[in-house]
Amino acid sequence: MTALVNIKDLKKSFTQPEGGKLLVLDISEFQIAKGEQVAMIGQSGGGKTTLLHLIAGLLSPDQGSIQIDGIETNGLSEEGRDRFRAETIGYVFQTFNLLPAFTAIENVRLGMAFGSGKHQHARAGDLLTRVGLKDRFNYRPGQLSVGQQQRVAIARSLAGRPKLLLADEPTANVDPSSADSVLELIRDTCREEDVSLLTVTHDMQIAARFDRIEKLDEINQVDHTTAAS
Amino acid sequence: MSLIHIAWRNFCHRALSSFLTTFSLALGVGLVVLVLSIYGVISEAFTRNASVGYNLVVGPKGSPLQLTLNSVFYLSQPIENLPYTEYMEFLPKDERASMVSRFGGDPKLAERDGKYAPYIAGGFAIPLALGDYFGEFRVVGTTPEFFTKLKHGPNVDEDFTFSQGRAFSNFSPENSYFEAVLGARVAKEMNVAVGEKFYPTHGDPSGQGHEQGFTIVGILDPTGTPNDRAAFVNLEGFYLMDGHAKPIERDPEEDVLDEAVDAEASNEEPPVTESESDSPTAAAPESTQNNGIRLVQTEASVSDSDPVTNEDPGSDKEHRPLSIPEREVTSILIRNGNIMFAPGMQNAINEGIRAQAAAPIGEINKLMNLIVGPLLTALLAITGITCAVAAVGILVSIYNSMNDRRRDIAIMRALGARRTTVTSIIIFESFQVALIGTIAGWLLAHTAIVLYSGKIEDQTGVQVGFFTTSNYEILVLPLVLGLALIAALLPAWAAYRTDVGSNLSA
Ligand SMILES: Nc1ncnc2c1ncn2[C@@H]1O[C@H](COP(=O)(O)OP(=O)(O)OP(=O)(O)O)[C@@H](O)[C@H]1O
Ligand SMILES: [Mg+2]
Repeated sequence: MTALVNIKDLKKSFTQPEGGKLLVLDISEFQIAKGEQVAMIGQSGGGKTTLLHLIAGLLSPDQGSIQIDGIETNGLSEEGRDRFRAETIGYVFQTFNLLPAFTAIENVRLGMAFGSGKHQHARAGDLLTRVGLKDRFNYRPGQLSVGQQQRVAIARSLAGRPKLLLADEPTANVDPSSADSVLELIRDTCREEDVSLLTVTHDMQIAARFDRIEKLDEINQVDHTTAAS
Repeated sequence: MSLIHIAWRNFCHRALSSFLTTFSLALGVGLVVLVLSIYGVISEAFTRNASVGYNLVVGPKGSPLQLTLNSVFYLSQPIENLPYTEYMEFLPKDERASMVSRFGGDPKLAERDGKYAPYIAGGFAIPLALGDYFGEFRVVGTTPEFFTKLKHGPNVDEDFTFSQGRAFSNFSPENSYFEAVLGARVAKEMNVAVGEKFYPTHGDPSGQGHEQGFTIVGILDPTGTPNDRAAFVNLEGFYLMDGHAKPIERDPEEDVLDEAVDAEASNEEPPVTESESDSPTAAAPESTQNNGIRLVQTEASVSDSDPVTNEDPGSDKEHRPLSIPEREVTSILIRNGNIMFAPGMQNAINEGIRAQAAAPIGEINKLMNLIVGPLLTALLAITGITCAVAAVGILVSIYNSMNDRRRDIAIMRALGARRTTVTSIIIFESFQVALIGTIAGWLLAHTAIVLYSGKIEDQTGVQVGFFTTSNYEILVLPLVLGLALIAALLPAWAAYRTDVGSNLSA
């Protein structure tokens, strides 16, 4: 199995409001294979979202290398990274991040609006149907329940036919039974479309369904129990 | 989903704010378009008669502008008159002789060419007599030449055409002195048709009515010129109305002036004096006093004018044309056959004591440049500022929404949108406001114009329709788009700089 994601000697720190640097991540090695599904757990403030942002190219690392599908994203221009993200990565945000001005189907279409691939209008409908929102195409996020919004966000993340899906606590806002079905939805879809999946979760029961579970606190050499205090 | 679609969604999402911004822009654009249209209407109204078909107007000394307003536009207060002999100065010897014999007057007038006749060189001189009204409209006494020699239209090559009837003719057994032709607007407003009679009122629209009626023999097609607002009557008939004959007794002072004028007019000729006009050759006037107005009939007119006069039916039987000393003209429309002669002629006339020659186009342009132009420029500047304010409105509205948008932009960036893409979306949004505002403003202004088109046409003779646009209107859209682009720069820059990581709520 070749690695889709290959991280080496990654370091990321933030400038603190009161000045000085706060080192959040220090990962010597982390890999995800093609088609692999990984669950990541870790304490709050441990840097999980930061790691996903780094992989997605939304943040730049202080040092180290992130290769995705053989491409060193850090070496790309910003524009190149944007295009790469549009074509390679799907992202389900912790807070969904749907655009309130757009209907459900338009939000899904936005997921493929910025890539170079053809805009396949039918795919947006297919995806929404697959997540059970066949009759909610023209609802705005404000008119959808939280669980429904989450499913729109999932459909959107897959719209651009990504190779890697990053899901940041995709089940945090729904009741446990819904959480189960949402997670199965993501996993099934990823399997069908041969998409690698990295899911962050707090929920051990959810994590337990995955073949591979990573504890960020173990990979990360920064000790947040002391850093946070 | 196209960027324009995305921009449109954003526009709709902030519906109230977008609407108000667009509306204020529409008002600004509407004002500008309205002012441009008014500008267009006014300059069109004024310059339409740059194609009057004549190049000089001759009238009594005074304001050349007022002469132009009177004779070209039939506007402003009536002015003084000129003696008929002044008009005769534009005619060759044979025509003058025929007038002397038909109307009666100093035989010396028949002995020479008019002083200015050589300058005419194939052109024409058409007399106008103003002073009466038909309803609100000026009655213009003139000769049938008015309809045969004057042309109009953009290339000054269109003849007058008649929607009904014909031009009035010179007196003949079939054609009385009292024939009239109405401009299109007059006929419509006064609701009269060919065959009907109207009775001019004296002096001003509410003045005393004349007893003498004129039979309408023709109605002109609309020309879009002031002629649409005039009621033309045969000059001879005009003279024969009560009070239109110039009393022949003059006070000594006026005689002195006349002598001076005549002496100046032709040095070799002895001045025309009253004694001379009383001489037998001048067809000793047989004066009758009638309602305080002196009707003068000359032997000459009895014997020479029209042999058929006696068989003439109706009212004309009692009428004889006025003698030359009794005649006055308000102004004379001149077209020089060779335009090179115009300046020389204008100088010659202006050097005289009585008359002045004005170039209507020059007067119109002066008026435009002096008063109307600066006024409209000021108006335009004010409305331009209104537009700029509206553009600032776009800036404020978009910039204020940037706080809410930061997250939207970050999300789009996270979905793979480039910085330039989100920047374009902001600019498109500003363009949308500009485009909709401009179109709405244009529609607003032109609706207003159409609603008032009747009034505009009444006042100016210029016809405006919904799609009548002024020259500069085409510039409004690019101008507003330019303003919108400038207004969008700041928010667009903010969008460009929006940081993805810190604006994503996750
Ligand atoms: N833009 C930033 N500037 C400064 N510090 C930041 C920034 N983003 C994150 N941090 C800090 O980095 C640390 C890791 O944050 P991160 O959001 O990655 O945590 P997390 O593991 O996703 O936590 P949670 O499970 O609560 O979502 C936190 O201590 C946070 O304060
Ligand atoms: Mg997080």
